[in-house]
Amino acid sequence: MNWRVAALTMLAFTFHVFADNPPKSAECLTCHDDKASPFQSSVHGSLSCNDCHTTIKSYPHPSTVAAVKCEGCHSDPVTGVHESVHAKVSEQPCKGCHGDPHTILPSKDPKSATYPSNLPRTCGACHGDPKFAKAHNLSNVYAQYMDSIHGFALTRDGLLVAASCSSCHGSHKILSKTDPNSRTNRLNIAATCGSCHAGAERAYLDGIHGQRMQTGDTRAPVCTNCHTAHQVTSPESAAWQMKTAATCGACHQENYKTYHDTFHAQVSALGYVETAHCWDCHGFHNILPATDARSSIAPANLQKTCGKCHSGVNAGFVSYQPHADKHKREANPALWATGIFMNLLLAGVLGFFALHTLLWLYRGLKESAAHSGRTQRGEGLQ
Amino acid sequence: MTEEKTPSATLPVGTANAVPREKPADIRFYTRFSVPQRYLHGVLAITFLGLALTGLPLRFSNTRLALAFAHAVGGFGTILFFHLLNAVIMTVVFLIHVGNIAYRVVAHKEYGLVWGPNSMVPRLKDIQDFYGNLRWFLSLGPKPKFDRYAYWDKFDYWAVFWGMAIIGFSGYAMWFAPFFARFIPGSWLNIALLIHGEEALLAVGFIFTIHFFNTHLRPGNFPMDMVIFNGKLTEEELKHKHPEEYKRLVESGELEKFRAQEPASWLRNFGWIFGTSVILAGFVLIGLTIVAFIKD
Repeated sequence: MNWRVAALTMLAFTFHVFADNPPKSAECLTCHDDKASPFQSSVHGSLSCNDCHTTIKSYPHPSTVAAVKCEGCHSDPVTGVHESVHAKVSEQPCKGCHGDPHTILPSKDPKSATYPSNLPRTCGACHGDPKFAKAHNLSNVYAQYMDSIHGFALTRDGLLVAASCSSCHGSHKILSKTDPNSRTNRLNIAATCGSCHAGAERAYLDGIHGQRMQTGDTRAPVCTNCHTAHQVTSPESAAWQMKTAATCGACHQENYKTYHDTFHAQVSALGYVETAHCWDCHGFHNILPATDARSSIAPANLQKTCGKCHSGVNAGFVSYQPHADKHKREANPALWATGIFMNLLLAGVLGFFALHTLLWLYRGLKESAAHSGRTQRGEGLQ
Repeated sequence: MTEEKTPSATLPVGTANAVPREKPADIRFYTRFSVPQRYLHGVLAITFLGLALTGLPLRFSNTRLALAFAHAVGGFGTILFFHLLNAVIMTVVFLIHVGNIAYRVVAHKEYGLVWGPNSMVPRLKDIQDFYGNLRWFLSLGPKPKFDRYAYWDKFDYWAVFWGMAIIGFSGYAMWFAPFFARFIPGSWLNIALLIHGEEALLAVGFIFTIHFFNTHLRPGNFPMDMVIFNGKLTEEELKHKHPEEYKRLVESGELEKFRAQEPASWLRNFGWIFGTSVILAGFVLIGLTIVAFIKD
């Protein structure tokens, strides 16, 4: 091959390449100069325009261009989103949370939309909208979360380790709680919460609730059944403690009812926190049945358990029945009989004297009328 | 003094306490209740109201009113404090009364306190009076001639007496539960709460309706029998309300031993205000109790 021919061919090829080459960023900025300064400080600042806008081949470009595909670089997150509940949100689900790609900041930047303490507001843009919540049959989880102990810790105190949306739901591959692989599926909840609350998880799995949950018993409560998912409050708050009986009572209805007949419940109903609520006796995460020797309500441990509040307890004292049902004759014959006797006594005494009183009233009024009649006639008394 | 000449005879029985301004000089007053007895009743009335006011919110703790009351007074701690305070005062009064009776019987040999017309112990006459009174209610016979204490007086007395004993004992058993549990099974504490609440309900229901009617509101005494507040009744009242006692005192010549001055006007006014306040407070409490009981 002649070297001239070769040089010409090379030149032609080079020219061809140059002619078809995408425009340089500087060329883009001659029109899009508004993107320049925020873009350079964004996480994508080191990229050039055509790293993302790969379909723009010439300058000037056509008036409509194809949407940028983030998966060119971020393949895992995009795949995750496509498998998630957000798959159908829009053509470009990424922008919904991350915002304009030209101004996008690293998630460690406190101004980033995905910085932990900004995340609730980012998700809340949709999930805090009552209309959105109603349309999708969801509760207004944003408001619930913001008033929770997690929301307070994160957004008020700036405690970045506090659970944010993504701590429980994940970030890209968010699955419906009905999906067995979801982090918020009831069988996975203990592990999800346990990623921070490892001690509570361990105790829970050891207790009867956790044991039952692990066998797949759908009636066994998981963390959120007692603590709620988004309205988690401090268990040390009086408001939460006052609600615990109703919380446990949602499943343990019979015990809730019998608790209500006791002094503990009466006092509690008047707003007295220091009285015994369910967990004062039964414990909380590692609740065990009385048949388990480790249980706080196992016969051998009762004096210690009652003794947490009552000083000087003894064997007689702990035979008190905190769930006595006066309607159950077989279980509590003496209490049952006393209840019947008291009812008869009340009905008998009050009924008898009600009749006595009415007769007396009738006779007395009759006599008074006769008196006044005589007095008017000037006859005097009897 | 003959009945025709007695000006108060034109008044219905029992209104003699409301002495007319231009009273004749010959109205005679006799002592029925001593000063300690009147104090006993007064302190019982106040502490009973206090116990009812602080106990009923607990018995009906699931009502909104009970919760509102607890919040208003500063929580259950306040309620409990005043419940126990009233209970202790009532207990002291009860023990003083029992001690006084025992002392008078044992040391002074006043066996009349244990048996007879001046005793609170029921006798055959009470059953006869009860039967006679029922006949009188139905206009089948004359009004029985009651002695110093009528059968309903005795029932009131023993109802309150045993009420205090039972409610008191069950209350102290719960207050000092670990101590009592040394002698009684803990399961009796369940019974103690049941008895305490139900017996208290009976007491409230009885005192605020039946007792109020029997002694104060019944025709003849309406609106209030002042004798428990000022201790005195007129000869006319004594004759009509306690004819047997009057006859006995006249025959034995002891009547003049009980002759008393007319109650001072301040005492009558005080009695009115105290009695009216207690009865109104009782009515409010029984009204709320009935509402709560029906809703319960």
